Parts: sequence; structure tokens; C-alpha cells
Amino acid sequence: MASPPSDGIRASNNRPTITGLFTGFFMIGVRGFGGVLPWARRTIVEERQWLSAAEFTEVLGLCQFLPGGNIINVSVAVGSRFRGGPGAVAAILGLMLAPVAIVIGLGAIYDQFAEQPVVRRAFASLAAAASAFVLTASLKIAAPLRGRWLAMAIAALTFVAIAVIRLPLPLAMPVLAVASILLLWWFEV
Amino acid sequence: MNHPLLPLSLLFLQMSLLAFGGANSILPELQRQVVDVHHLMTPHTFAALFALAQAAPGPNMMVISLIGWNVAGLSGAILTMVCAVTPSSVLTFLVARAWYRFRDAPWRRAIQRGLLPVTAGLLLSSAALLIKATTLDWSLGLLTAAVTVLLLTTRIHPMLVLGGAAVLGAVGMVG
Repeated sequence: MASPPSDGIRASNNRPTITGLFTGFFMIGVRGFGGVLPWARRTIVEERQWLSAAEFTEVLGLCQFLPGGNIINVSVAVGSRFRGGPGAVAAILGLMLAPVAIVIGLGAIYDQFAEQPVVRRAFASLAAAASAFVLTASLKIAAPLRGRWLAMAIAALTFVAIAVIRLPLPLAMPVLAVASILLLWWFEV
Repeated sequence: MNHPLLPLSLLFLQMSLLAFGGANSILPELQRQVVDVHHLMTPHTFAALFALAQAAPGPNMMVISLIGWNVAGLSGAILTMVCAVTPSSVLTFLVARAWYRFRDAPWRRAIQRGLLPVTAGLLLSSAALLIKATTLDWSLGLLTAAVTVLLLTTRIHPMLVLGGAAVLGAVGMVG
């Protein structure tokens, strides 16, 4: 067991190299069955100590604010913070490599055996369970809106526009987003 | 040029900057484009690909590479993923530098608050469309309902739930 450094060198010791960024995010991607964020926090804050818990929360806040996968944005933000553009590329490649390979492997297996009744039934059940994951996530996101009639109305309007009328998202999303930001800004302080 | 990868690449480049809350909020648009507009697959195949992506580790964007793979093999998978990830990553790269200056600005909080109901509506839409595609009979609908209750009320590991569901289907108890 190495004893932890006790002086100010510590921070610079934990500044990751390009290779370190790649391997760190590779481990996050490959271990993240059923959710990547807990692994990201554990790897970045506890194991490799690139960021403090508060810094990680700050980075995550930014990444949830921006479009794109949260963890993908985290890899870009962390990679570029320590090693600029090359660091961002190394982190994102490390993160994506294993999951893309695994998911394509699963796809190939599915294609091979999709005709067999047992496999078809297993995948039908898997798909039904997977939709429950999205329903759960949406209910959790929607929970803080309870009792706020304006916010709930905007969520309902979004649902009708996208799921019922099936408006194109590039058309509906900017209008809904701007309207929602302005309405909540004016009427809900 | 009529190669299906061209519209698919353009679609993902565009969706990248609209995916507030990750890939799940753009699922309705992906399904609309891939199934209804370009007829690249059935809604059931789309739902099956989504289920596969859910069973794999990593970011929740994996369904995107599966769509590309389903349409055009390995090159399709890589191309769609690159298209989906690049615009949002470039934006993150640029914004991350300026972030500390305006992290406490009131307009930033206003934007975050305003996006939440829209994201919630988009995720509910995704859920509704997926459930519509995966409820092939009443037992699968019951499975979706049971898993939702389980996930909302317990801290059970997601992979355990997915594995259990697949086994229930394989032995013929549901589906």
C-alpha cells in the first residue's frame, strides 16, 4: 500500500495523462452495465482522484445542461480540462470503444438467432422490460413538476406534439423550449 | 445518392444538438425518421434494438450505433455514432471553457428550469412509443407495468431485472 502524498504535490500528481484519460474512461464504459454515472463518479473522484466530489458535481451540472449523452459530455469536459483537445478525444474514444463493440456483438447474436422462438420470446420480454426503464426515468424526471400547473401543461403539450401528433423534433423542440423558458421565467418565480 | 446512410448521418448530426437529456429524448424522432419516413425497419425491430442497447454497458446512446449497424453493418455503426456524438461534444468542449464565468448567472438557471418540462414530455413520449411497440400481448404489457413498479419502489440492480425478464420470456411465461 502506497502512502498518500500529504502535501500540495497531490493535485499535480493526479493530473491524468492522455493514456490515463483513455484507460480511465475505458473502465467507466466497460463496467457501466445498467447505468454509467455511478461508475464515472467512482473512477474520477475516488479511484483516480482527478476531481474532487464538488468539482465532479459541477462538471456533471454543465453536462446535463448541454445536449448529448451526459457521460459523453463528461468525458469531453474532463478530457479537455486536463489535456485539451487530444485529451477530450482520448477520453471519448476510451469511453465508447468497449460499449460499441459489445452492443454490435449483441446485435450480431440477435440477428443470428432471431428466428428461434426461444430467442424471439426472450427478446420480446427484454424489450418490454426496457420500455419500463424509459417509463421509470421519465416519471422520475417529471416528479418535481407535480403541483406546478404551468410546467405540467408544457410537459403535456410536448407529449401531445411528439407522441400523438408526431411533429418533427427539429421543428417542435426549439419552439417548445423557448416558450417553456420564457413562460416559466415570467409566471413562475 | 440514395444510400440509406446519407439521410441517417444527416439525421444524427441534427439530433445531436437536440438530445437534451441524452438519447432517450430523441427516440420518438429517431423512430419517426427510421420507421415512418425512411422505412428502414419495423417498429418492433426498432424496439428490439433499443432493448439490446439497454442490455449493453456504456452510455445510453448505444441504440444509435445499433441503428447504423442494422442499416449498413460496421461502417454504419461507426458513422452514425460519430455523427451523433461530434456536434454535442464540440459544443461541450467550447462551453466547458466559459462555464465558470456564467455558472451562477440567473439566465442559466432559467434555461435549465425551462428545459425540464420539455425533457419530461419528450421522455414520456419515448416511453409511450416504446410501450406501444413492445406490448405484443397482455402478458408483455403486464411485464412492463410490473418492472416499472419494481424500479420505482426498490433499488434492485437493472441488469438483474433485464436478465429476469429475458428468462421469463425464454421459458415461455410471458410473450
